Parts: sequence; C-alpha cells; structure tokens
Amino acid sequence: MHFGLSEEQTMLQDMLRRCLEERLDLETLKRTAGQPCDPDLWRALVELGVTGALIPEDHGGSGLGMLEAEVIAESMGRSVAPVPYLGTAVLAPLAWQLAGTPEQRERHLAPIASGAHRYGVGLTEVAGAPRQFGKVTLEGDHAWGRCYFVIDASDASHFLLTANADTLVVIERGAEGVSIELLNDVDHTRSLAVVGLERTPFETVGEPGRAAQAIDALLAAGRLMLAADTFGAAEVMLFRARDYSMERFQFDRPIGSFQGVKHLLANMVTDLEPCRSLIWYAAHVFDAEPAERVLHACHAKSLASEIGKFIARSSIEIHGGMGFTEELGLHLWYKRIEANRQLLGGPETVRHAAAVDQGWVQPLTATAT
Amino acid sequence: MDLSYGPEYDDFRAGVREFCRNQRPAEHRSRGIPGVTERPGPEVLEWQAKLIEHGYAARTIPKEYGGYGAKPDIIENRIIQEEFLAAGLPLGLSNQGISMLVPTLLEVGTAEQCATYIRPTIYGEMIWCQGYSEPGAGSDLASLRTRAELDGDEWVINGQKIWTSSAHVADMCFILVRTEPEAPKHHGISYLLMPMDRPGIDIRPLVTMTGDATFNEVFLTDVRIPAMNIVGARGQGWHVANVTLKYERGMLGNAGQGQSGIKGLVELLQEETVGSGRAMDLDHYRDRLLRLQGRTLANKYHGMRLLSQSINGEQTGTEGLITKLSATELAYDIYSLGVDVLGETGTLYDGSPYQAERDWQKSLLGCFTGIIGGGSANIQRNIIAERGLGLPREPQVRFDNGRWEMMPSASNKGGN
Repeated sequence: MHFGLSEEQTMLQDMLRRCLEERLDLETLKRTAGQPCDPDLWRALVELGVTGALIPEDHGGSGLGMLEAEVIAESMGRSVAPVPYLGTAVLAPLAWQLAGTPEQRERHLAPIASGAHRYGVGLTEVAGAPRQFGKVTLEGDHAWGRCYFVIDASDASHFLLTANADTLVVIERGAEGVSIELLNDVDHTRSLAVVGLERTPFETVGEPGRAAQAIDALLAAGRLMLAADTFGAAEVMLFRARDYSMERFQFDRPIGSFQGVKHLLANMVTDLEPCRSLIWYAAHVFDAEPAERVLHACHAKSLASEIGKFIARSSIEIHGGMGFTEELGLHLWYKRIEANRQLLGGPETVRHAAAVDQGWVQPLTATAT
Repeated sequence: MDLSYGPEYDDFRAGVREFCRNQRPAEHRSRGIPGVTERPGPEVLEWQAKLIEHGYAARTIPKEYGGYGAKPDIIENRIIQEEFLAAGLPLGLSNQGISMLVPTLLEVGTAEQCATYIRPTIYGEMIWCQGYSEPGAGSDLASLRTRAELDGDEWVINGQKIWTSSAHVADMCFILVRTEPEAPKHHGISYLLMPMDRPGIDIRPLVTMTGDATFNEVFLTDVRIPAMNIVGARGQGWHVANVTLKYERGMLGNAGQGQSGIKGLVELLQEETVGSGRAMDLDHYRDRLLRLQGRTLANKYHGMRLLSQSINGEQTGTEGLITKLSATELAYDIYSLGVDVLGETGTLYDGSPYQAERDWQKSLLGCFTGIIGGGSANIQRNIIAERGLGLPREPQVRFDNGRWEMMPSASNKGGN
C-alpha cells in the first residue's frame, strides 16, 4: 500500500516548482498581470511535458494520469502561474479522448502536446446552478449564440464549448463570426471572456448529442484541477503567514508567539492537510474508479474552496496592513483562490451536485436561456 | 498511489472472514464493547479469550505474557477491524489498561512487571484506571503535587487525582506522583502501579453533563504500596507518562470515527419529516450534511495517508499532529446537525417519550470527552503550532510586586 505521490510524481513536482519559481518572481507576476501568457514560459512548460501529460504517447504526449495533472495544477496554484493550463492541458485533451473519434484524436491531440494549440473552455452552461446566461445553438453547419465565462480565452487558438448538456463543439479562434470580449475579473493571472458566435463554423467532438458523460467528466476534472490550484495557493499563503509571524516583532516578541496567532495558524494547517489527502484521493479515483469521480471532485472543490478562503483571509490578516496592500503580492494568491472558488460552480453548487450524484435530491433545472 | 493491501494479505483476510462467518449471531448479540462504567461480564470475558486464542485481540502481545505473539503488522490489524465491522461483530476489549498501560510496560517495564500484569489485563480480568490529572494539574500535567515517600519497602502516597475514569471498577491504577520534591518539575515525578483495594483510597464519582458518572475524584491518604511497584527509575515518570500519552492520543484521534456519524445523519435526513417533505429536501440541512461529508471523507483519506506513512516507515510531520483536533471538532459538528434536524425533539434525552431512535443529544454532549480529554483542543493547537509549524512557545509570566513580569525563556522548558 502506498497513499501519496510516487518518486516520479515527486520529481515532476520538484521540476515544475523550480521552473515556475525561477521564472515567476513577484515583479514578473505584477508586471504581467492581465497580459497574455509569456511565450518563453509556455515553451518551457511544454518542454517539461505539461501540455502532453494527459495525452497518450502515440499522440505525442506522455500518457500520465489525473494525479500527475493534480501535481501540475497544484504547482500552478503555488506560483499563481499566469498560464492557460486548465483548458489546454487538461480539459481539451480529455474532451478529445472521451468524446472524440479516432480520426479527431489523431488530428487534434498532437498539436496540444506540442503547445501549438491552446484551448479556451466554456462549461458555464452546464456547471451546476443554471443562471440566465448565454447558450450556444447549432443550426446545420453553423453555431450561434454566446458562451459566458470562457476560461483561458485570451491565449486560445481554439474554443471548446458546450451546446446543451450533451454536445461539445470546437471553434477556431479565427473562424467567421467569432467575437471575444475579455472580462475584468478579480484574478488577473488567468483570463475570462465571453465568446460570441454568429454563423460560425464548428466541429463537433464526436457525435452530436452523445457527449453528456464526457461533459460530466470534464466538469469533474475541471473542478478537481481548480481545487488543486487553490490548494497550492493556500499552502503558500499559510507558510508565508507562518514565516512572517516569526519575523514580525511587536511588544518585543515575534507575533507568532501570541496564541491568538499560533492557534489561527494551527487551525489553518489542521484544515489544510486532510484537504490534501482528499484531493490526492479524488485524483486517484478519477482514473481508477470512474463511478467515484463526480462525488470526489465535487467534495474536493467544495472543501478546497472553503479552507482556501479561510487560509487566504487569515494569512492576509496575520500580515496586517501590509497584507492588504499590493506590496507583498499576497493579493495575487488571495484573488486566485477567490476566482477558483467561483469558477465551474461555487461551494454550494458543487455540494448540491454531490447530493445529486448520491441520489439524495433531483438536479436543478434551468430557469431560462 | 496503491491503495490495495497486496495479495500477500488475501489469505489472512480469508481467515478472518472465515472466523467471522462461524460466529453465531446470538452468541455476540449482547456484546457491545463494555464502557468504563462497569466491569466486563462473563460473556465479554469469554469472547475476549476466544479472540486472543485466534489472534484477533492482543495480537502482538508476546506469548509469554498471554498474547498471541504475532509480529506487529498494521495492515493485519486493519483487516481484522474491517472484517469484524462488516460482520457486525464486536472487536476485542479496549480500555486504558489494554490500550495504554500494556504498551507502556512492554516498552519500559521490567520483565517481572510484564509477567505479573499483562496477562490478566488483556484477558479483561484486571481493570486499570489512569491517575494523571489533578485539580491543579490538567494541561500543565507536570505541575502535579500528589506525592509519594519511601518508607522502608513501601511507597506512602498522599494527594488527590481527578478525571479518573473507571476508578470505581478498577483493580489497579497507574499513577504519577512527585517523589523528588527538590528536582525541577519534570524530573521529580515517578510512575507507580497502585492496587485500588488499599486502605486510604476514597473514590467520589463525578457526574458529567451527559448524566453519567464516567469520571471520579480519587483522594489518597497514606496509601501504602510495595516499593517495587514503580515503572522506570525514580524521577523518570515524566518520560514513562509520555510513552502512555502517545498511545492515548492514538486512541482518541481515530481519523475514521466520523464515518458512522455521517451514515446516521444521511438516514436521519432521509427519514425525518419536516413540513411536507424530508429534511433532506431542505437546502439548509442538506448543505450542512454535505459540508460534514466532505470533511469526513478528507479525514478518512487522511487516515489512509498516515497509515501508509507508518507502513512504509516514513516520517510523519504536521499531518500526524492534527488528527485529534480535526476528528474531535468534526464529531461535535456532526452530532450538532443531528440535534438541529430534530428541532424540539432534539432536546429530548436519555429515553424520553417521543425521543428519536438515536440519542443525538447525548452523543453531542459526549463529544467533550474527545475535545478536552488527552490534551484539550487548545493544547493540541499549541502542539501543532510549536512542533508542527515551528512557532515559539508563549513566554511565561509571573505576578511580582503588584505587576505582571515576563520570565526568561529558560523557564519555558518542558511541556506537553
């Protein structure tokens, strides 16, 4: 029995952390906030195998699993990396593999592994509590409508979007009638956009109307990756607060010797460690026991969102007034955690999805389009 | 990630399962694990002897001391627990003598002490209580003041102990006393084994808020016990006590204990009617249940991670220190939801008319045992912060000349 990361997975983690830490110091992060992904950084990550991790070896990837993807997502969160990881390296490869035809896999996976294609992903239409947001409709060879909150849109060469809960389509960025409206969200390390389509040509991933299961899996994978990203960011915030509490002296004592601060830090780490175990387990069952996917991804997202927010706000608080400024850069981690919490279903939404998955209640239905 | 126990355990599991299948339901129906308020009855003793004979209790205790004599193997223990649970059979006895004193004796006791005490203890015939806490020595246990003086070949003990579970049914007490009053506080303590039938022992039950008398105060006046009833050397009692406490925290911090609570909550929310529907249909109750389920799953997998670390001989860091705090807080929140879902019915207690099938209120009140016992929640936070995160100890203060003074850090030595 071994519960945890293997030697190879730990090596991957070390390599990735080193690469990101070397390239993403605080000044760089502040300077590039809201900018497209730095091409040098992207190339370095492609060389490390980030984009090919979930792609089989015969399509140019390394054929790894969801636990490796978790390790990568956690490292991205640690460094608040301004990298379009989720859409390109996780959701698009899974979509082609779960719903695509052999011919489509042949054509689309290799350019993802090589870093040539980058995907923005729009799952909002199916991500839990339906709201009065846009909808993509397909008429013959053309797509119409709007998809809101498309993740990683600004760098994308392609968009992977849902059309109803059972069809996945891919749109090329340069195709006819595509409009991209970038949103100003709280987190400037990744981008969100509204993608508009007007008489736009599209490619269906596999058969139209046959992708419902794949969409459920994508949603679970996305939630799990956001949980891992939050976890990585929260761990950094916790240990920065711990370090600061030993450096900062008030009343002739390090503030970390006051129980008000010590106990807060103890509560933070008491929440953090079981959450790590849950996320690892959720990543493991994603591949090993597909029937457990949805439940565990929902719980991972819910718990990481709750403890992430508690750790993030407590860390800011322990840093005092400086924590509230942009000087220390903590706001980047705080905002990343905040954004992850809302994307692909907030805590209540994913918990409701976990209840539905266990047959405790009926799913919510859309109120309008 | 490899969550299987490996094919080498298949035979072992099959053997346990075969044993469980052969137990007639009627044979064990009345055999819950006896509480600390009563001595185990004859049926329980018989069951315990049977379990030891087959190696499903006292499994790793050496044969010469009455145990089964198997090599320690965490996975085998886990398999026994899993199979007994699945079959609805009670596990072997678990009390302070078996869980705390016996491993302590095996680690630091003499061969003669092991030969005298272990056999009757593991067979449930000798019941122990723990004489640690005193009215003035709780979290700061090392400040205890019950003293023992050597008079010829006898210790003479005077003082008072408190929170002594099962003192009223116990045959023996493992007790911490001050034997070297001149030594610094952690070095003046000895660990003695005191028969409870001696003159001068006065036991007064303490009724807790659950209504049960699970604890006692024990008053000790010139109690005489043989000089040889000491574990470790004179003045080494603090070290011996920490060996025992290590096993106690293992007992209290069972990371998997929330799972049966969640199962009970799911049933309750599905069966309890609120207005025209089930409690499960109400978002506020269901969302609380889901939050608790998430924490419970996290603790469950965290327990697997710690198990894996100990099997593979890996160092356990902060992640091992948090289990007691995490599990006891979770248990309180789980039972709170049970009470809240029941509304007014949730106030009913201890067999009242109209009470729900399960006594959620009593379980809730009982949670204080875990939150306070074996190092209270805030002491746990100190341990996590200091040993886990490396934060400094709180400086000590003293009241001097009408004002508070901070004391030099050297006097902060020792501790939990």
